[in-house]
Amino acid sequence: MANVDRTDRRRLRAPLSPWFRGTVTTLGSVAITMLGLLFVTFLIGRVMPIDPVLAIVGERASQETYDAVYEQLGLDKPLLVQFGYYLWDVLQGDFGDSLLNARPVSEDIARVFPATLELATLGTILGVVLGVPLGVIAAVKRGSWIDQIARVVALVGYSMPIFWLGLMGLLVFYGILGWVGGPGRLDIFYEDIVPTRTGMILIDSAIAGEWAVFRNAFSHIVLPASLLGYYSLAYISRMTRSFMLEQLSAEYVTTARVKGMSERAVIWGHAFRNIRVQLITVIALSYAQLLEGSVLTEIIFSWPGIGSYITTALLSADMNAVLGGTVVVGLIFVCLNILSDLLYRFLDPRAK
Amino acid sequence: MSDMTLRQWLLTDAPSSRRHARLSSFYKGWLNLRSNTMAMVGLGILVALVLAAIFAPWLAPHDPFAQDLGNRLAPLGTPGHVLGTDSLGRDILSRLIYGSRITLYIVALVALLAPVAGLLVGTVAGYTGGIVDAVLMRITDIFLAFPRLVLALAFVAALGAGIENAVLAISLTAWPPYARIARAETLTIRSADYISAVRLQGAGPIRIITRHIWPLCISSLIVRVTLDMAGIILAAAGLGFLGLGAQPPSPEWGAMISEGRRFILDHWWVATMPGLAIFTVSLAFNLLGDGLRDVLDPKDEGK
Repeated sequence: MANVDRTDRRRLRAPLSPWFRGTVTTLGSVAITMLGLLFVTFLIGRVMPIDPVLAIVGERASQETYDAVYEQLGLDKPLLVQFGYYLWDVLQGDFGDSLLNARPVSEDIARVFPATLELATLGTILGVVLGVPLGVIAAVKRGSWIDQIARVVALVGYSMPIFWLGLMGLLVFYGILGWVGGPGRLDIFYEDIVPTRTGMILIDSAIAGEWAVFRNAFSHIVLPASLLGYYSLAYISRMTRSFMLEQLSAEYVTTARVKGMSERAVIWGHAFRNIRVQLITVIALSYAQLLEGSVLTEIIFSWPGIGSYITTALLSADMNAVLGGTVVVGLIFVCLNILSDLLYRFLDPRAK
Repeated sequence: MSDMTLRQWLLTDAPSSRRHARLSSFYKGWLNLRSNTMAMVGLGILVALVLAAIFAPWLAPHDPFAQDLGNRLAPLGTPGHVLGTDSLGRDILSRLIYGSRITLYIVALVALLAPVAGLLVGTVAGYTGGIVDAVLMRITDIFLAFPRLVLALAFVAALGAGIENAVLAISLTAWPPYARIARAETLTIRSADYISAVRLQGAGPIRIITRHIWPLCISSLIVRVTLDMAGIILAAAGLGFLGLGAQPPSPEWGAMISEGRRFILDHWWVATMPGLAIFTVSLAFNLLGDGLRDVLDPKDEGK
């Protein structure tokens, strides 16, 4: 037994080097992608018709003040030099100061991001917990009524404007039925009770043992999270179904059935086992999409996350805040994509 | 030929000319699509939308911009205002009908811009290969790496709000997948024998790409465009909702939802009706896209 083990390990180690090389190549292309992403954002910032100097000094400033600020912002340097400065700052986590409140953008983002994270995480959990079984059952019972329902659910999810569905949800569950809390994260008299640790109110209140706050926060988050969960479910269930169909038509499944294995063991023990890796990729992708897709949801529900932050900044011409927010969302998006790619390489023996 | 019906002529197995063969395969595809009920429902809705846009002045019961402050926020079923009126007393039905023009305008422009740009980048990258391919595909990856809505937001912020800029922003975020598809198709076509034959006849790369590679990429692009339409409509509506797309008083559906949002709890129909319109149209595109995929691209069936 020990012998077999050793040869196995040796066999595993031998092809590790191409795998390692593959990972390095991936990381290299990621670095280039991120650089490009920063450059595009930088360019967007430069072609903005908003004069960043005017936004600081105001309309009635003298020419000297204007010029001083112009120089202070480095706008007199060549474009590539400006990009170099920008890159250097971003690498140090500095996105400049918000033009509105003169606070560092990175601080603002760190403050609002947990709200988005909390919402998207809860939405993804809902999407996975409901979407994966729905997809599996739809594939197993192909053509049945449950498959039809899964199809309609996904189709409606792909076709419905998220901000409109959010409004309708507010109208029905908050306005008419009164089952959930309204916009915002908490009712006003529950605010500032719980000390901020993670920034995620559900976790903070649970740590502090403030269950009244927890319940209130839950009643506020349940509607927007369900909304995001629905979109995640539409995507995840469709993908799960098509992965499962592929596996169920494979010969090893027929073999297992012929052997007399129970249907449950065939489905969950054999077929589902083989789609786990693909599913992780899909879930990571859907998570990334929720993090960005929550922009409209956050506005509907007055949710103080990064989506609201970017939009508010945009409407008040706060360029640093817009670009900082865009870069952060973009980087998270890229990181989640790489993470799922690396996980795929790591978990799927064929990729090694 | 004389006693052959048009139908038989179209369904023949032995076409007599190139045009005959093309018409025949088109007709067979249409028969295939026609048997798909859901796709036909989608097509029906879209035809209705186009008709509504063309005949808007005759169909709309009122001027979409005419305000009637004495009759503001009238509920559904008010005589003369079947879908009620908005906060300025404008007839919602008329605004929806005129709004279909804006929706079609946006969809048509994006459907022209993004796939053409993608086709160009993808085929050039795929056919040329080497460093050009590497650079073009890296740029594509960079744009793919951006979250779409956020990138569109940033672009609109840079360019200024308005329909044309919204179209541009959406196209800028929509072209990379087309480039990927076109490149993949090109790579499989590039080494085909008939391309070598054409090359031996002295055709240059431009002729090969435009005359021999593009036509073969079209069908997979059409499927992708139709399936993307729903996403494009939703993105345009989202930008309109944020106040970054069409500007008031234009009856753009997303902007109408945004106006109605303020009264959602008391006067729900103001925001509900335009939302239903957006939903119907993007559903129609999804249904049609699914059907087209089965007809034009049978290898993806069931996914």
